[in-house]
Amino acid sequence: MGAQKKRAAAAAAAARVSEDPDDLARQPLQAILLADSFTTKFRPITLERPKVLLPLVNVPMINYTLAWLEAAGVAEVFVFCCAHSKQVIDYLENSEWFSQPNFTVKTIESHNIISAGDALRLIYEQNVIHGDFVLISGDTVSNMSLTQALQEHKERKKKDNNAVMTMIIKKSKPSPITRQSRLGTDELFMAIDPNTKQLLYYEDKADHSKGTICLDKMLLAENPSISLHNDKQDCYIDICSPEVLSLFTDNFDYQHLRRHFVKGLLLDDIMGYKIFTHEIHSSYAARIDNYRSYDIVSKDIIQRWTYPYVPDVKFCGNRATKLERRGICFTAFNSEIEQSRSAQVGSFTVIGYGTKIGSNSKISDSVIGEGCTIGSNVLIEGSYIWDNVIIEDGCELRHVIVCDGVIMKAGAVLKPGVVLSFKVVIGERFVVPAYSKVSLLQQPTVHDSDEELEYADNSSGTVEFSSIQGTADQSNGEMTSESSEAHKPKLGTGGVGYIWSICEGGQEEEWRHSVAPIPEDKLTELSEAMDDDQELVTQDRTALSTSGELISDSNASEGDDNEDSKDDSVYFEKEVEATFLRAVEENVKVDHVILEVNSLRLSYNMTSADCAGAVFYSMMKLAIKTPHSSASELQQNTANIITTWQKLLKSYLLEIDEEIEIILKFEEMCLESAKEFSPLFARILHILYDKDILQEDAILRWADEKEGADESDKVFVRQSEKFIQWLREASEEED
Amino acid sequence: MTQIEPQNQLTLDLSRKHKIEGSQATARQTAELLRSVISQQRVPYTNQAGALIDAVKAIGEQLIAANPVELAVGNIVRRVLHIIREEDLSLTTAAIGGLNLSAVSDDENDDDRDGDSTLSAAAVAAAARSTLRPPSLQTLLEDTPVSAAVPQTSSSGGDSEGKSKSADKSSRSRKLKHDVIEAVNELIQDIVTCHEQIAEQAVEHIHQNEVILTLGSSRTVLEFLFAAKEKKRSFRVFVAEGAPRYQGHLLAKELVARGLQTTLITDSAVFAMISRVNMVIVGAHAVMANGGVIAPVGMNLVALAAQKHAVPFVVLAGSHKLCPLYPHNPEVLLNELRSPSELLDFGEFSDCMDFGSGSGSPLLHVVNPAFDYVPPKLVSLFITDAGGHNPSYMYRLIADYYSADDLVVQRRATAGN
Repeated sequence: MGAQKKRAAAAAAAARVSEDPDDLARQPLQAILLADSFTTKFRPITLERPKVLLPLVNVPMINYTLAWLEAAGVAEVFVFCCAHSKQVIDYLENSEWFSQPNFTVKTIESHNIISAGDALRLIYEQNVIHGDFVLISGDTVSNMSLTQALQEHKERKKKDNNAVMTMIIKKSKPSPITRQSRLGTDELFMAIDPNTKQLLYYEDKADHSKGTICLDKMLLAENPSISLHNDKQDCYIDICSPEVLSLFTDNFDYQHLRRHFVKGLLLDDIMGYKIFTHEIHSSYAARIDNYRSYDIVSKDIIQRWTYPYVPDVKFCGNRATKLERRGICFTAFNSEIEQSRSAQVGSFTVIGYGTKIGSNSKISDSVIGEGCTIGSNVLIEGSYIWDNVIIEDGCELRHVIVCDGVIMKAGAVLKPGVVLSFKVVIGERFVVPAYSKVSLLQQPTVHDSDEELEYADNSSGTVEFSSIQGTADQSNGEMTSESSEAHKPKLGTGGVGYIWSICEGGQEEEWRHSVAPIPEDKLTELSEAMDDDQELVTQDRTALSTSGELISDSNASEGDDNEDSKDDSVYFEKEVEATFLRAVEENVKVDHVILEVNSLRLSYNMTSADCAGAVFYSMMKLAIKTPHSSASELQQNTANIITTWQKLLKSYLLEIDEEIEIILKFEEMCLESAKEFSPLFARILHILYDKDILQEDAILRWADEKEGADESDKVFVRQSEKFIQWLREASEEED
Repeated sequence: MTQIEPQNQLTLDLSRKHKIEGSQATARQTAELLRSVISQQRVPYTNQAGALIDAVKAIGEQLIAANPVELAVGNIVRRVLHIIREEDLSLTTAAIGGLNLSAVSDDENDDDRDGDSTLSAAAVAAAARSTLRPPSLQTLLEDTPVSAAVPQTSSSGGDSEGKSKSADKSSRSRKLKHDVIEAVNELIQDIVTCHEQIAEQAVEHIHQNEVILTLGSSRTVLEFLFAAKEKKRSFRVFVAEGAPRYQGHLLAKELVARGLQTTLITDSAVFAMISRVNMVIVGAHAVMANGGVIAPVGMNLVALAAQKHAVPFVVLAGSHKLCPLYPHNPEVLLNELRSPSELLDFGEFSDCMDFGSGSGSPLLHVVNPAFDYVPPKLVSLFITDAGGHNPSYMYRLIADYYSADDLVVQRRATAGN
């Protein structure tokens, strides 16, 4: 009987054990794909087409993300559409993603969402996420395997319920040049516990000019070891537990995934949620954040780092392309292109279906979309030309992005970094200056929100334009004809479109995020900056014993300390004042007030001199607020308050230094905030002396210190000269 | 009928390369898919074979396009087409032979072969085939129908059922489908058992105390070596690791687990070791009609080294790897360029890209082809599930498996053949 029971128990235990992994396996992996980056980096193109549908090597970006999710074993994807949601949904409905047997794609649509945080809150409300999920934006290209990261995440979650997120990171060379030339992003600092891989610190907006970062010293106190990295790159792929969504709901001010959410979790140790990292080595992951990363990721795809998501492998209904050997390297070709015999197509080039290339044209390192017509003697270098573009004879394009339906008349030249949005027409022999962005839509003014974009009303009414006008709110368009006239000649004869003035940051910043290579002078600037930053190489630091005082080292510069403490002391004073006023109103016992002020002192890490100053300040403030008609009344009030609260003040006056602090504080008040006291300075000083708050030594030392000061500083010393004189004499007599 | 669910799935699986690995699995899945296509295909009263052929071609075209590098898909599609033709032919001939109804034939091909009324269906099929192309060497030598060497081409039910019903067309159409499915089942069986059939021949080739060299990992090679080991042959194996995927490491582990004396060497050490080797035994990705081999990268070096030292270079290949195309066709020679990250971590590579964006193209290119081409003159022997063959004989073997009409798998606008 007993044996049977035991066996039953064992069986039950076995069942429980076996249930557990089953549970994990049964829970299908979900993913949230944000089909909107909530930024404006790809304007003006994104005014007309959502970023996730922009072609990346002739395939809309979102396909790379979806193909990867499918391959990584995700069963259900929620595509969150916001800007141009109709276009995204239409595209997905017509694509093959909706007809996959083991992969469901669902769209969630909302128009009044302005940040990733809002999107996640909305998804939480819909209650569709049941287990761990992958959070990714629709502009991420990767071929990594999720299995290991997911496994690690689940194991951590089992051990520690607070491990809510695993962030995928990748090594990159710790140099601002690399960062800049690769993805156009700023430097990223991360502090990671080398043993547990817990993320302790995340800073992507480090101030370059200072060359410093600030670490909370508690970080060093709490963790036995920390490695500080500036050689990691954030892949923007996160494996999250369902708690993440509720966290977003609880903290309704979280907007940005990294800036608010990650930093918020790291700083807020009340809830104790933890973020971990998973580093990938050989596989590829990158997010397209701006034009430069668009350029770099395209090149990586052509060079097959993203295999199997490469042009000659059909992964999502793209047309079959074939590789051809060009010299040593390979070029992806579609089988049905018309190419003149004398045209030279160089290496690392992708040419789409049905494109015609005229004689003597040279194309290298470029991507050309479907149905383009390229005339003869055209030079195309490092450029991205989308579908149905017509480029007439003799044009030159270097490092530019040209969107669908653009027409370039003969002899037009695009300088590096130019972006031509949809259906722009460039006039004959017109030279578009470097880094300019050209669109049929007029640049929205800075204050316009997305909804109120004012569409231009084109009086000349070309065919291309009328199609846009159909969608545009014509009544809104307040473009006057003369200003369109003013814009017109800018694109040469027959040109259609507006050159956008360079927005925030100005020319200075444009080179950072454009497709054009970084100019020489900027590179030298960067490398000089890097030399200065040499001290910032990765260092492993081990904290001292927790009891010992931690001296914050090179990372926290003194300037920062001062600034911080200044801020702190202002807050501290305000807090003390509030406490004091409340105590006066509610008749709190002096002892309790002392306790409260003490706790404030501890939390702000202040000295007792600061406390004394703050308490005295609040007392004086109270005195001046008490209604009074004359100076003598004010004096009387002050005397009363000092008498009532002398115990409080005295508890901080342990040494003579604190007393001097009070005098200095009083002096400061008389000069600045409470000028009414200035005539009463000597008398109040006397009161303080009488009440034994200030000793004569303190007053005398203050007077001595002031001896050498400027005349203007001596006003109060002079005023209280008699009193000081009397004090001196009294002490001499005693001697 | 062209858009059915499993077919989409397989197309996708084929094109997303992570799903199916290895030509055997691909071949098997393709055959199973085609079987279900055939069983679901409604056949009209007239010209059933034509309808089946069209259906198979339609799907085959898509499958081949999904991953043109995996030649096994095309091979299986062509094999199935060949099966349909054979079965149709044998049925028609049997019908004509049995009832002497020359007018029944709806297949124009048959019109000129009314005479052979006394032969069994399979024999008729073989005879019919032999009128289409030169007779196979095997048929000539053995004087038997194809069944022994090429079981899948023999019509399984042909002999018995061929005589039973004939005039009734609907039953005939059902029978054609049934026969075809039966034959495809045999084909699937062949694919599944190809390793064993090849391995059975191991003792004939591996002798006591020999030293065998192989490159990379191949299941066929693994089974082959085990089979020899099981027959109490004692021999040594040199395994070249097969960079950059290093599958040789896996092979070495498995060999050791089965108690074989194994030495692991780098690919570059092959030439140094070849003089001590008695035989090179390798697997293949595909065998072309001229006897050339598409094999994992590095194989050409091994073959050259073997030739230099007059070591036999033996290629093991299941019959699903026999491809009726010639390698001068650029579509076939098309190599698969795999991810450069197998050679170099992406992180390391990005270190070299600092100023790479200056001219637009980086100075470092990483090229990682998956396959090598070994010309037939370097191959000493092919061992398929049908036995050992000389490279110059491959085209005949292939002619036994495929119809010349199917070399280009493309749907025709009009039904019928």
